[in-house]
Amino acid sequence: MKLYIEIAYLISSILFIVGIKMLNKTQTARKGNFVSAIGMFIAILATVVQVRAITLIDIFAGILIGSIIGLYFAYKVKMTQIPEMVAVFNGFGGLASLAIALSDYWLNTQEGLMAGYSDLIVPISVILSIFIGGITFTGSMIAYLKLNGKISGRAIVFSGQHPLNLALIILSIVLSVFVVINTSDPIYILLISLLSLVLGVLLVIPIGGADMPVVISLLNSYSGMAACATGFVLSNNVLIISGALVGASGIVLTQIMCKAMNRSLMNVLLGGFGQTAGSAGSVDGGSDIVVKEVGVEEAAQIFDSVSSLIIVPGYGMAVAQAQHAIREMYEICEKKNINVRFAIHPVAGRMPGHMNVLLAEANIPYDKLIEMELINDDFSNTDLVFIVGANDVVNPAAKTNPNSPIFGMPVLNVEKAQTVIVSKRGMAPGYAGIENELFGADNCLMLFGDAKQSITKLVNELKEL
Amino acid sequence: MTIEVFIPLLTVLALGTFLGFELISKVPPTLHTPLMSASNAISGITIVGAIIACNELGYSTMSKWLGILALILATVNVVGGYSVSDRMLKMFKKK
Repeated sequence: MKLYIEIAYLISSILFIVGIKMLNKTQTARKGNFVSAIGMFIAILATVVQVRAITLIDIFAGILIGSIIGLYFAYKVKMTQIPEMVAVFNGFGGLASLAIALSDYWLNTQEGLMAGYSDLIVPISVILSIFIGGITFTGSMIAYLKLNGKISGRAIVFSGQHPLNLALIILSIVLSVFVVINTSDPIYILLISLLSLVLGVLLVIPIGGADMPVVISLLNSYSGMAACATGFVLSNNVLIISGALVGASGIVLTQIMCKAMNRSLMNVLLGGFGQTAGSAGSVDGGSDIVVKEVGVEEAAQIFDSVSSLIIVPGYGMAVAQAQHAIREMYEICEKKNINVRFAIHPVAGRMPGHMNVLLAEANIPYDKLIEMELINDDFSNTDLVFIVGANDVVNPAAKTNPNSPIFGMPVLNVEKAQTVIVSKRGMAPGYAGIENELFGADNCLMLFGDAKQSITKLVNELKEL
Repeated sequence: MTIEVFIPLLTVLALGTFLGFELISKVPPTLHTPLMSASNAISGITIVGAIIACNELGYSTMSKWLGILALILATVNVVGGYSVSDRMLKMFKKK
């Protein structure tokens, strides 16, 4: 490879690193994203200039088609749908790695060069790139379908599921040996491709909808690892370093999400969480929780009388599209000199940071959004907590009931506040399928109804007070 | 690939992974969603591999078509990932 290309790749890698580094502050994040994009542009340019003139048109056509699709997605997507979009993009990244590795395999063994591979490293990299890429692709598509409700978000489990997965993985390893021994017969590599696609489906279907923050982070990581493997196929440094950055990024986020749910990654991946938890909850909890209901007028009077308010948003807020109504609530409370803050649980929503993006879109200043660890001690001296579409993350059973399936999960100490108002559609339990004894607490009032409508009405009442 | 080529690549992988852990651990939770879409974009670096694959042979070959498929997918990631990250990051405002 020519020297200038290597230097261009080095510059790109540095720009990616600087770009990610600038993402550590909200003030510099947008510039950081731009710096990273420049790095990508340089890498593309350096690669395109070494292309033979005759293929240049194909490449520009491909880039044009991809750009149109990418821009369409990026500007059409609603902020509530970002998890779906990230899932799809993870999948595309995986499929791209699979296609490149398969292309390299075909070139070297079936056509053109026909020389076969003279070593072990490249064919093993090809297999890894295909295998990880395939799992990432179909796994992400299942995650996407679960997220947008095209298939049930519930965990899909059947007996023999885990032995089957294990058998398929072992089969893939056996086939890999055949690929390495007999590179000229493409049947083995095609079977591995197929198996990886099947495995992607099987590995994600047993995972429930609310575990999606973990799954998306993990698939994000896989797409990076697939790119890495592709880097080894092509002996390309910039692919390896970028893939390593993305791979590490996904792993870090996965760990954060698992820690926020007090579950091991293995526990999440084995799946079926919502189902077993349901029965355990009903045995010890019972459904004898008596709740106190509150009307909109009464709720408005409570709001009017307090001086500090913490709003706790959850996935239900996104479902009800209530974030703009909350923005109005935020404004009117500020006007009434109420100190308003938002408490963000790490797994609120369907991907890491989901709540922050929704509230930022609704124009709520980001310095009002406080992480769990930083706000948890403040609940005890707060007048009012308003919970919108959150359930398991505010369940005190996680702290008090060792029999609860979510025992040990870090939760927001909302019950310590003077008064808690919960906006909720009905008494349906959270995704863990367990009762929330918070709702029966003396200081807790239930505001039943669609979150968006309730909040809008509440805001109107507040305006008149 | 000879071992002399392999080891430097492995070195890059190891150092890149550790660097990634350090960098990402410092990103605040507020920015985790844009971080993920930005890393979508960065994983679109496979566009480089796709261009190399596209550069091969003629249209009758499987290699070429797989390359073009990869090129389109990787471009979607690059363009879509950076654009949507920018769209989100634009919204994060201080009071």
